[in-house]
Amino acid sequence: MSVAIGGRRRGPAWLSTPPARRLATCLAVGVVMALVTGKSGSNDAPTSGITGTFESASAYYWIAAGAVLWVVITAWQSRGAVVKSTYRSVTAKPREVFAQRRVKYPAYAGFLVAAVVLPNFVNGFWQEILVGQIAPYVLLAIGLNVVVGFAGLLDLGYIAFYAVGAYSAAYWTNQLPAHPPFTLNVFWTFPLAVLAAMLAGVILGAPTLRLRGDYLAIVTLGFGEIIQLVADNSGSITNGSQGVAPNSVPDFSIHVAGIHYTWPLEAVPGDHMPWYYLILGIIVVVIVLFHLLENSRVGRAWVAIREDEVAAEACGINPLKYKVMAFAIGASTSGLAGVFFASKNGVFTPGDFPFQQSVVVLVLVIFGGMGSIPGAVAGAAILQYLPQLLRSHIQQPDLFAYYGAILIAMMIFRPQGVIPSRRRAREIAQAEAGIGSADALAPPGEAP
Amino acid sequence: MTAPAPVAAPAPVSDPILEVRDVTLRFGGVTSLADVSLTQRRGEILSVIGPNGAGKTSLFNCITGVYRPQEGTITLQTDGSSEELVGRKPARVTQLGVARTFQNIRLFNALSAVENVKIGVEARQRTGAIGAMLRLPRTRREDRESDERAFELLEFVGLRRRANELAASLPYGDQRRLEIARALGTAPKLLLLDEPAAGTNPSEKLQLAELIESIARDTGTTILLIEHDMKLVMSVATSVVVLNFGRVIASGTPQEVQRDPAVVEAYLGAATDGEAGDDAARD
Repeated sequence: MSVAIGGRRRGPAWLSTPPARRLATCLAVGVVMALVTGKSGSNDAPTSGITGTFESASAYYWIAAGAVLWVVITAWQSRGAVVKSTYRSVTAKPREVFAQRRVKYPAYAGFLVAAVVLPNFVNGFWQEILVGQIAPYVLLAIGLNVVVGFAGLLDLGYIAFYAVGAYSAAYWTNQLPAHPPFTLNVFWTFPLAVLAAMLAGVILGAPTLRLRGDYLAIVTLGFGEIIQLVADNSGSITNGSQGVAPNSVPDFSIHVAGIHYTWPLEAVPGDHMPWYYLILGIIVVVIVLFHLLENSRVGRAWVAIREDEVAAEACGINPLKYKVMAFAIGASTSGLAGVFFASKNGVFTPGDFPFQQSVVVLVLVIFGGMGSIPGAVAGAAILQYLPQLLRSHIQQPDLFAYYGAILIAMMIFRPQGVIPSRRRAREIAQAEAGIGSADALAPPGEAP
Repeated sequence: MTAPAPVAAPAPVSDPILEVRDVTLRFGGVTSLADVSLTQRRGEILSVIGPNGAGKTSLFNCITGVYRPQEGTITLQTDGSSEELVGRKPARVTQLGVARTFQNIRLFNALSAVENVKIGVEARQRTGAIGAMLRLPRTRREDRESDERAFELLEFVGLRRRANELAASLPYGDQRRLEIARALGTAPKLLLLDEPAAGTNPSEKLQLAELIESIARDTGTTILLIEHDMKLVMSVATSVVVLNFGRVIASGTPQEVQRDPAVVEAYLGAATDGEAGDDAARD
């Protein structure tokens, strides 16, 4: 909404037209990209990074690329497609369920088959990326999506529950200085880790979910830091900053009814497919469960709280109860991922659970489309794959600059995410049209 | 219109359903309600009227648990048991059988009409997260029931055709009716309507009066109504309570209240000062 509040705009009128502002944005993106990829400054000459950048030709390629981006976007906009779809999403009728199913389920089946078959045809390096970098984050994003997307709560300490899951696995397989009453197969640590993470979610959630928006975000951020610091400093329980070492959490193995199978890692280096299928199975089960949850009484209660907490309460919904529920469910998914991570990696340290990772998972969810399970999967898959793709082209320290640039571009041109949930897309469109608020982050509406 | 649910024969009008005793609500130094008392009998349509700022909506917010009055008691009598409402959370008050609509419509805009009503209906259901994820038999049954009930209620308020439209895209008058349907979904014993006719046109007002009467008649729900439109109040209300500056200044049948000098003064200014309307214009 481009409403100039107070004071008139300076300069000629065409400067404030959408295409002109878009051009400025695109060129600014070009300049930022040029700076990011250009020369680095040094202590002696802090500005040499900037001057050096603009001495090389590549800076101007970037700016030209910004201009090209503007041409492409303007051409796209002139089709009228974007404007129309925004309007449609404000007033669109929800599509009929059956028409939807006819398209949806075969599409999902197709994706599943692709997910099962295709990884067999990529080389070991990419298989490892898939199992180590992408799949766990897909699971994390699906879990955080319940908190951020479904219930509309901002959680900046989500990785703490991942840590709780990982440490639970280490504890119950007897790899920590603190010894469990009995040692379990890693598989059995799944339910216990889920319980522990869920408990952590409830302990954090019950007192703090009375807070709204920003306050909740700060508290969760603090919780994330606390978990990491506790793990780092309680040497007698968690082995402190050395983490789970030199022993390691065993690989998954099955010993049931004469079947003995161990997920190979050391045994057959480079064979990541059994791990892949294990986590794919977990992800598919979680997706099915959460899909049912989204379209149930509980899912609708979350939408109600997200949209209008006062009205939700008038409909008999206890907001605190449902928020804690979302927190606990999100946390337990994170715990699942934590067990997988612990067993796959074997060794880990508190440094594996920094605040930055919480932000990364949040970014995956927002990028993919808040409130949308396919969106969370797509967001995690794309953004976790991207760094690997870019690795040979850019320096590692610059990675987050690209994350930032992609996110900014995303928020400007597609705020609803890659695959938005229809409800969320409508909420955002309506919020832009001044009807209702898009999330529970807004200050509480005036009491009626 | 069809009745959404057959209910036992209307109870005798003598027994009270809602008793508000000496309720005082202050915000800092401002007294919003001062010693407000009123009794509503089961089955009657009681209307609370008064100039803007008289404390009508504050009274609703006290009853529904949005505000907590500093003094006084509010009791709801249902099926022989008596429940104190002061100090209850809004969700709990709804569970006890008090539903409400809002002066400024508060629908879930991104959801369809039928989903809005379903959320109301589901106030009485018990499916939890685990049941929902595993799609247990009870979950499926409850989901089917809430669908059926929601469509019945939409039929009742005359929005069956618009069931799949987004709440935000409905015309204003329909949004008011949808909010009533959502409130009815929670199976209330007492329904609080906060200015249901605000912003509606004359023909919508007429339909609304019919709707309010048929709710009282067909569902056995007792209605407490805040309304500015005197024609509507006079046509549907069985009794009226007048608030001014947070105090009850008159109560009785619509005809009695209309003639009460205190009421005339509150609305039109004191008869003696000859400048009628000054007080009524106070916001």
